[in-house]
Amino acid sequence: MKLELRGITKRFGSLVANDHIDMVVQPGEIRALLGENGAGKTTLMNVLYGLMQPDEGEILINDQPAHIKSPKDAISAGIGMVHQHFMLVPVFTVAENVTLGEEPISRLALPELNFGRLHVPRVSLPAAATDWLGLFDRRRARAAVRELSERFGLRVDPDAYVEDLPVGVQQRVEIIKALLRDASILVLDEPTAVLTPGETEDLFVIMRQLRDSGHSIIFISHKLKEVQAIADDITIIRRGKVVAERPPTTSDAELAALMVGRSVQLRVSKDAASPAGVVLDVRDLSVPGEHGDLAVQSISFDVRGGEILGIAGVQGNGQTELCEALMGLRPATGSVLLDGQEISAATTKDRLRAGIGYVPEDRQEDGLVGAFPVSDNLVLDVYDRPPYAAGIVMKPDEVRKAAARLVDEYDVRTSSVLTAAGTLSGGNQQKVVVARELSRPNKLLLASQPTRGLDVGSIEFVHSEIVKQRDRGIAVIIVSSELDEIYALSDRIAVMYEGKIVGMCSPDIPEQELGLLMAGATTANGQGNGSGPHRPGTDGPQPAVEMPADQAEPQAEELGSE
Amino acid sequence: MSDVPVDPMPAAPDPVPVTAAAEPGQPSETPGPAKSRARLTGAVIIQAITQGSSAVVTILAIFLALVVGGVLIVFSDPVVSRAWSSFFAVPGYTLGQTWHAVSFAYSQMFEGAILNPSTVSAAFHGGSIAAIFYPLSSTCAQATPLILTGLSVAIAFRAGLFNIGAAGQWVGGAAVATWLGFGVSLPPVIHVIVCVIGAFVGGAVIGWFVGLLKARTGAHEVIVTIMLNYVMYDLLQYLLSHPAMLQEPHQTNEIAPFPASDANLAHVGGPPPQVGVGFLIAVAAAIAVAWLLSRTTTGFQFRTVGASPSAARTAGINVERSWILVMLLAGGLAGLSAATVIQGTNTQLTFNSYGTYGPDGITVALLGRAKPIGVVLAGLLFGALHVGGTYVEAATLGQVPADIVEVLEGLIVLFVAAPALIRAVFRLRTTAGTGMEAVAKGWNG
Repeated sequence: MKLELRGITKRFGSLVANDHIDMVVQPGEIRALLGENGAGKTTLMNVLYGLMQPDEGEILINDQPAHIKSPKDAISAGIGMVHQHFMLVPVFTVAENVTLGEEPISRLALPELNFGRLHVPRVSLPAAATDWLGLFDRRRARAAVRELSERFGLRVDPDAYVEDLPVGVQQRVEIIKALLRDASILVLDEPTAVLTPGETEDLFVIMRQLRDSGHSIIFISHKLKEVQAIADDITIIRRGKVVAERPPTTSDAELAALMVGRSVQLRVSKDAASPAGVVLDVRDLSVPGEHGDLAVQSISFDVRGGEILGIAGVQGNGQTELCEALMGLRPATGSVLLDGQEISAATTKDRLRAGIGYVPEDRQEDGLVGAFPVSDNLVLDVYDRPPYAAGIVMKPDEVRKAAARLVDEYDVRTSSVLTAAGTLSGGNQQKVVVARELSRPNKLLLASQPTRGLDVGSIEFVHSEIVKQRDRGIAVIIVSSELDEIYALSDRIAVMYEGKIVGMCSPDIPEQELGLLMAGATTANGQGNGSGPHRPGTDGPQPAVEMPADQAEPQAEELGSE
Repeated sequence: MSDVPVDPMPAAPDPVPVTAAAEPGQPSETPGPAKSRARLTGAVIIQAITQGSSAVVTILAIFLALVVGGVLIVFSDPVVSRAWSSFFAVPGYTLGQTWHAVSFAYSQMFEGAILNPSTVSAAFHGGSIAAIFYPLSSTCAQATPLILTGLSVAIAFRAGLFNIGAAGQWVGGAAVATWLGFGVSLPPVIHVIVCVIGAFVGGAVIGWFVGLLKARTGAHEVIVTIMLNYVMYDLLQYLLSHPAMLQEPHQTNEIAPFPASDANLAHVGGPPPQVGVGFLIAVAAAIAVAWLLSRTTTGFQFRTVGASPSAARTAGINVERSWILVMLLAGGLAGLSAATVIQGTNTQLTFNSYGTYGPDGITVALLGRAKPIGVVLAGLLFGALHVGGTYVEAATLGQVPADIVEVLEGLIVLFVAAPALIRAVFRLRTTAGTGMEAVAKGWNG
C-alpha cells in the first residue's frame, strides 16, 4: 500500500507544529521519520492516525484521497500504530489483548440436556443477538495470535498475561494487535526508547520481516544509529518542516546537523582524566530490592576526584537501587565513605548537604515537581538555605533572581521562570535538574540516565556540562544503559549484572566485549560471574549488541556540515 | 513533552496542545513582577472567561446551582405547581408566578444573609444602625467554624493528605475547651486564651496521631480519619455520660456545663447569633495559613510533598515529618473551630455538637480550591446560605424549607468538581489545566 501525505499543516494557536509536510511511503519500505523532540513527528503521526485533524493538506492511500477522521477510519484504511506507551490491559492475556474490540464471538447456547424422560433441546441465542451477548471464543483468539506470530516471527505466548511480559514482548503484542486488524502501514512511535539493545535488535529483525512481506513501516526516532541501521529512506523534519530526505548511508554527523539545524558535536571532546584522591568509597554495599531479594549484592568500588566512572548495564540489574541507596533513599547495608566520612546512616538531606549532586533516573517523577514553577524547581533541594531562606521565612525574590541566572546560564528554554516545569520539553526539564544539581559546590556527582529521551542537541549540552564538572576535580558517577553514553563519558567502566559489578574495565574495551559483560557472560580474562541464570519471563539476555562495524569503536567526532 | 504541541497521550480523543507559552491558567504561588499587572487588560479578562479559568468555573457553578435550586423552589410552592398544570391555558400567569416565587425566595435569602433594604430606610427614620449589619454579622458568625474546618482540610490537602477527620479533631478541641472552660478557674483574659489554645491542642493531638500512623505504618489517612471520627464521637458520649468527666452534675442527659462566662470569646457585632471574636480568629488563621504555605520553608515542604512525594524525598525533604506536622496543624485548626463554637456562642457541649462542621469543611475547602483566601470566601458563602435559608423558611412560612440551602451547597460543589460539565453547559473552550484536577484526584493521595 502506498501512502502519501500532501501539504499537511497543523497549527496550535500561533505555533505551526506541521508546516506543509510532504512525504511518500512506498509499499515494502521502512521510512524513518527523524527529528528532535518537539519537531512535530508525533503530531504528524496523530494526524495520520486520525487523532487530530490537519488544518490543511490531505492524505492519499494508493493515490486515492483518504478521509481519516478518527483512529477507527485509520484502522479500516490499513494504518496501524504502536504508541510509545503501550495501550494494553496488564491483567489480560496476550490473546485477550490482541483481540480486544474485535473479539471472536461464539453463540451463547445452553447445551442439550437429558434427564431420563425430560429432554431439553439445545437452546441458543438468535444469531442477531450474538453481537450483544455472546461468548468470547478463546480458542479462535489464541489461534489468530499463533498464526500471526508464526507468519512474522513474533514469538509470544498467547496465554501469557501482559503484566508478566518484558517490555520488548509487550511491544510485539502491540504489533500483532495492529497486524490482526490488517494493517499494511505500521507506525512505530519511538519504539526503541523502552528497549534494551538486544530487544532493539529483535525488533529490527521483525521490522525487516514485515517489510519483506510487503508492509510499509514508518519508524519514528531521534536516534541516529538506529535510523541508519534499519531505514530504507530517512525523512528529516525540523520545526514542523521537512528539511531533507536522505538515504541511510548518510553520515550521522550530517543527519544530526540536519535534525538540529547546526553542526553538533556527537561525542563530547574531553582530555584524559587526572584522577586525584578517592572521593567516594563504597564497601560491601547490599541493597534489598522490592521483593525481599538483594537488588545489589555486596558491591565495592571507589571513585576519585576528577574522573568519571561509568556504570554500564541493562536496565533492571540493580543500578536504580544502587543510586537510591547512595542517596539514602533506600535502606542498605555496608559502608559508604564520602571524603573519608561515613555517610551510610545519613539522611538524604545530609548527603546532599555533604556535597553530592544527584540527577535522578526519572526526572519527571523524582527530579522535578511538574506543577511547580521553574524557579521553585531550581531550588528544590536548597530552598531552606541562605540566601533563599532566613530561618523559616523564604525569600521569593532571591529564588527568582537565582532562577533567572541559572535559566540563562544553562540555556533553559522557558517563557519565564514562573512557567510550570511540567510544561517544558524533556530536554529543558533535564536542564533544570542539571542546572540545580551542578550549580552547588559538589564533591560527587551522581547522574543516572542523564540523557534518556533527550535529543542530540540536549545530549551534547548535558555531556559537556558533566565533563566540565569532572575537569573541576569532582568525582562523577554516570549510570547509563546506553553504550554510546558510557563510551562518550567514562574514564573507567563498571559493568553491573544482576546486582553485582561483573567487570571493571577501561573505556577502550571493545563494544562487543562490553555487550557480553552486560549480558552476564564471562569474559576471556576471567572477569564476571557468568553464573547468572536467565530471568524468568524474558527471552534471556541477548549475547551481543550488533551495530554497524564503523560505529563499533569509540572515536571522538567533531564534525560540522551544512 | 515537547516545545511544539505534541499530544502527550496519543490515545486521547481530543488532544489539548501543551505549550509553555499557552498556559494562562497556570496558578503560580509567587506572583509575577509589576508587568503582570499591566497584562490585566480586557483581553486577558475575556480570555479568562472564555477559557473557563477556575474562578470563572466556580462563579458559573454557583449560578447554575441557583438555577437548579430555583426549579426546586417552584416544585415546593403549591401555587406555582398548580399554575404549571395549566401552563398552556395561561402561560403568562404561570411564568409570572414562577418568577415571583423564585425571586421572592432568593431576595429573602439575600435580605436575611447580606442586607435588608428596609433596615436601611428604617435607620434614616430613627431606627437602629446596627440592624443594617445584623444579616452580615450573622453570616460571618455562621461562617466562622466553617472557615476553620475548611482551613483544616485545605492545609492537609496542600500536603497531599485528605483530612476527612476534621469532625473528630473538632470533638477533641471541643472537649478540651469545655473542660478548661468550666473546670478551671483563671483570671478573665487569660482564661479565654488558655481555652482557645487548649482547643487547638486538643484537635492537634488527634491530627498528630493520624499523621503519626500514616508516617510510621503507611495507614491511609482517609481510612484512619474516618474511623477515628467514630472513636471520637463515642468518646464524647462517654465523657458526657460521667459527671466525673464532662457531664453536668445532676443531669441525666449527655450534656456538659456551660463554660465559665470569663472563658467566652468577646462579642463584636452583638450577642449570638451575631459575630464575635471567633471570626477574627478564623480570618487570622487564614492569613497565617496563607503565609505559612507561600512564604515559609515549612509551607514549601508541604507543597512539595503534596505535589510529588517522590521528588520531595529525592530533594531531601522528610516526607513523613511533613505529614505529621501538617496533620497536627490541620487538627489544631479544627480544634479552633470548636473553640469558636463552644466559647463563641455560649454553648453547652452535647453528644452531637459536632454537627456537620467536619463534612462542611471538606466542601468549603473544595470550593475554595484549598487556598486560604478561597476557603474564607467559600466559608462566607456557606455561612450566608445557612443564614439565608433559615430566614427564607421563616419568611415563606415553611413553604421553602431551609433544607434548600443544603441542596444548593451540594449542587455548587458538584458543579465545581465537574468543570467539564460547566464548560459544556456554558460552551467554554477547554484549557489544558485549571488546577481543579488536583482536587478531583485527591483520593489517590
